[in-house]
Amino acid sequence: MSDVLDIVVRLLAIFVAFLVFPLVIGQTEHKVMAHMQGRLGPMYAGGFHGWAQLVADGVKFAQKEDIVPAGADRRVFQLAPAVALLPYLLVLAAIPLGPHTVGRDLDAGIFFVLAVMGVGVLGSIMAGWASANKFSLLGGLRTAAQLLAYELPMLLAAASVAMAAGTLSLPGILEGFHWWWVPWQIVGGVVFFVAGLAELQRPPFDMPVADSEIIFGAYTEYTGLRFALFLLAEYAGIVVLCALTSVLFLGGWHGPFGAAGLGWLWMVLKTVVLAFVVIWLRVTYPRLREDQLQKLAWTALIPLALAQIALTGVIKVVIS
Amino acid sequence: MTLAAASHGFLTPSGVEIAFVLVGIVTFGAALITVTTRQLVHAALWLVVALGGIAVEYLLLTAEFIAWVQVLIYVGSVVVLLLFGLMLTKAPIGRSPDADSGNRRAALAVAVASAAALVWVVVDAFRATWITLGGAAQGSTEASGRTLFQYWVLPFEALSVLLLAALVGAIVLSRRNPEAPPAAPAPGAATARAPREEQR
Repeated sequence: MSDVLDIVVRLLAIFVAFLVFPLVIGQTEHKVMAHMQGRLGPMYAGGFHGWAQLVADGVKFAQKEDIVPAGADRRVFQLAPAVALLPYLLVLAAIPLGPHTVGRDLDAGIFFVLAVMGVGVLGSIMAGWASANKFSLLGGLRTAAQLLAYELPMLLAAASVAMAAGTLSLPGILEGFHWWWVPWQIVGGVVFFVAGLAELQRPPFDMPVADSEIIFGAYTEYTGLRFALFLLAEYAGIVVLCALTSVLFLGGWHGPFGAAGLGWLWMVLKTVVLAFVVIWLRVTYPRLREDQLQKLAWTALIPLALAQIALTGVIKVVIS
Repeated sequence: MTLAAASHGFLTPSGVEIAFVLVGIVTFGAALITVTTRQLVHAALWLVVALGGIAVEYLLLTAEFIAWVQVLIYVGSVVVLLLFGLMLTKAPIGRSPDADSGNRRAALAVAVASAAALVWVVVDAFRATWITLGGAAQGSTEASGRTLFQYWVLPFEALSVLLLAALVGAIVLSRRNPEAPPAAPAPGAATARAPREEQR
């Protein structure tokens, strides 16, 4: 009985985190962007600094009519938002928050996380194809090209950490962590974070949804709740990427002090700071062109990731 | 098979075994739809279901590492590449009139023959071997790594050389002829070169 209760509590905790964190990131994005651009942003909903704006947005989305274009492939069109969103919910189950606070300690956690995150991009491609719209199709094509280019450096950078720790399990990696891993793996960390941003199609890598060229890419034809699900998937993706970068490259629950009970606080702090960087990059950098995107992946990130693996291997052999 | 049947019995299946058979049926069904549907992109999406089903089968056999690699490589990369190719060339919504092949019977014969050969080889090789699904995972990352790099190093390395050869071949094929003038060649030269490039 206690086993069942344990599983229920864990699932519930993951689900609550999945519902709360993306909204917090979304609200932060509103506010941070407004401050960086010297404007107010939404200030009225809910009273204090417009805190209820996202709730109001959610109500608005739920009220809108759910339209499927006449020429679209109905079933694929309707299924796509779920395919885009659900993988991030699954991934949260494998990310450790504290020393013993993890949904499920998977033997091959890194592979699970990266594999399932790759499936999420399939949702955008399905949406792009099924909309029967040339802008959507272009967006879907760009999404696919971007995924193919950036999946490899992400995997190589993660493999470097796995080599350093000698395990593929995420809690296992954190148990082997020492502070000097941060400078040792810093190149891999940057590669991982940048490639992750590209996989989420966040600016400056938002060529697939470039609004000045192809309206809104794969999501052009979506309205109402299904559109909101795609937006939610983007924010959930930011949470997952930042949490993963903290776990793999910044030591997760390890901090300079307060190791006993405050591990989860360090983890949340690192994730939030990285999420702030994601928003910061959106406000400050112009969009990369499609050829620049591909060039960055194949001529900069992949060689850097390979160099990081070589460095990891050499140091690993020297210290063992 | 008699040995296994004697010690474990096929008439009292456990929950995992029942799940294995059910997922297998779903996978088989998805694979059938993949090759019979007239809608090209639907075929690729059903392929996702079939490949995902195989990943679930690996999971049920406690081969966790192999299962995630299956999802990462096949669902995350191969199918995305397939969809990319389809969308780049021809991916109409609805039925494709030319999504049919005159080789259907020959293809069916080849498929049945290769399936029979594979099933026969697997049954013959693992005749009386029995995996205990309870207890420690036998397909963990560590176990897979040890087997791969202790007993199967040579095939592994041979495969990587094969993949390297394929990679180099792809680069050679996709490179343009360096002697070709970059723009507006003489009409005679263009027609003369076209068949040659077709061949390459």
